Amino acid sequence: MPEPSQAPAISVRNLTVGFGEKNVLDGLSLDVHRGEVLGLVGASGGGKSVLLRTIIGLIPPREGRIAIMGAETDYGDTAAMQDIGRHWGILFQQGALFSSLTIQQNVQFPMRENLEISQTLLDELATAKLEMVGLSPDDGNKFPSELSGGMTKRAALARALALDPEIVFLDEPTSGLDPISASDFDELISTLQQTLGLTVFMVTHDLDSLNTVCDRVAALSDGKIVEVGPIEQLVGSQHPWVRSYFHNARARTRATETH
Amino acid sequence: MSDPTLTRGESPAGLVASGPWTAAQSVSLERLAATLPSIDAQKKNVVIDLSGVEQLDTLGAWLLERVIRRYQLQDLKPTLVGVPERFRGLLEKIHDVNRRPPVLQPERNRLAVWLERIGRTTAGLYTDFAYFLAMLGAIGASLGGVVLRPRSLRATSTVYHLYRVGWQAVPIVVLITFLIGGIIAQQGIFHFRKFGADAYVVDMVGILVLREIGVLIVSIMVAGRSGSAYTAELGSMKMREEIDALRTMGRDPISILVLPRVVALVCALPILTFLGSMAALYGGGLVAWFYGGMSPDIFIARLREAVSVTHFEVGIIKAPFMALVIGAVACSEGFRVKGSAESLGLQTTTSVVKSIFLVIVLDGLFAIFFASIGM
Repeated sequence: MPEPSQAPAISVRNLTVGFGEKNVLDGLSLDVHRGEVLGLVGASGGGKSVLLRTIIGLIPPREGRIAIMGAETDYGDTAAMQDIGRHWGILFQQGALFSSLTIQQNVQFPMRENLEISQTLLDELATAKLEMVGLSPDDGNKFPSELSGGMTKRAALARALALDPEIVFLDEPTSGLDPISASDFDELISTLQQTLGLTVFMVTHDLDSLNTVCDRVAALSDGKIVEVGPIEQLVGSQHPWVRSYFHNARARTRATETH
Repeated sequence: MSDPTLTRGESPAGLVASGPWTAAQSVSLERLAATLPSIDAQKKNVVIDLSGVEQLDTLGAWLLERVIRRYQLQDLKPTLVGVPERFRGLLEKIHDVNRRPPVLQPERNRLAVWLERIGRTTAGLYTDFAYFLAMLGAIGASLGGVVLRPRSLRATSTVYHLYRVGWQAVPIVVLITFLIGGIIAQQGIFHFRKFGADAYVVDMVGILVLREIGVLIVSIMVAGRSGSAYTAELGSMKMREEIDALRTMGRDPISILVLPRVVALVCALPILTFLGSMAALYGGGLVAWFYGGMSPDIFIARLREAVSVTHFEVGIIKAPFMALVIGAVACSEGFRVKGSAESLGLQTTTSVVKSIFLVIVLDGLFAIFFASIGM
């Protein structure tokens, strides 16, 4: 449980983001506590990724404030944003590995840019990160195009963890993985989260991930967070969209399997 | 924030680590881990006290692990004490990594490497040519299919590409050939005037532009403008598996993607060559008028004497062949793109360089051919 004296890892207040006439997020507020795994669910095209991309500064907000580790973000101030950026690592949906660098070089890239350390240590640390996410040192010499979907996600996670961030953003980490790889990946996130004391902000559709990894789940509907709390609370929610999300045919099948 | 330290503690075999062991302190940490405090070899046990460590991340944990392993290499038994509970998991995880010794690439003979590179490049030339021939063959086969069943030509796509590589290229092609015609005329007048032969500038501009320069400049521009676009388009389709998707639907990527592009190029290039040659003659005429003082009616009269339809034919006959070479090279290079952005760039460069080279070689072959048949 977070200590009350500490500011939340991420604090979003009255955030409005839109494109053209339409507001995708409309006065959204959300807190992510330190050391928790927060899952964000919402309809496809409902603004989950927009929220994630706004928090990490890729989309400018129209209104509202975002604070990371208690520090207000100011997206106009590049230097300040670089400092804040060292607090987080991001796992993009498609991995977003640099295609002309090997996996080893991909993982080394953030360290090389931000830290003054020798090449030997860089190599050792990159291998360490790769082994921590369950890749072998040999995989480090491959190029991103030679990796399978699951390995790409792992390599991208290793790069996201390169600077030992406090917060990790995961954009649909298990999408496109088979159930075995997906549950392995969930387990990996869980282990790393505990060992490294990470705060995880996860956009996901995977009900299994929500059940096994997430401490709290936030439901995004109509540009607002309509319900946030432990998964049981969301399953029992009376909000019509949340109800249909957790009580549709597929969710029910899952529930009967697990009970 | 205080600096991280690793110092000899109270007991002779004890070390005390303290301060923040994080990436922010990477420089001093790396120095710390490199200079190990020496331990009396009589004492087998080295105790490292971590209770003073305020922060620890992967970098710090790994350097600590490195210290432990180096003591182990010295036949000592290092143990960690006073490990704060929150660091225990990380230290255990780090304990297992980097266990396998790194595989070192054996040093290779420089001469052998150099010879190998020459060999590979030579063999590469052969495969390059094979790819080019394979693409020409595929285009030929696909064209054969269209001849048998004319309706199987992708007309919409062909017209679209004709618009892109033909119509949209007109302004820049006309502008550049206009300038080149003017420059040739200016140079001719300047040098021919020395021996009073400036009237022959018209012959030079006319023959040079119609036979050689017109088609060559236009082909080179089209290779740079449209050939590169073809390679990049097909290459990114290849990267995103769109070409594989087409294949699995039982559709031939050659007839859907390549043939319309090549046909459009083969139709567009003679037209562009014609327009370009006219623009070059126009530019030459203007320069002759304003710079050389030759009035337009004299220029046209002399041009009529100097050039014949044969010169024009020689130029324009070459155009479709140039287009075929550019199209085939551009498409075959596009299909050779692999997964990375770098490979897309490399293949696009290769495509332009190779098609310009082949265009010039082909022009030389045509020159020999036309000379031998007396055209």
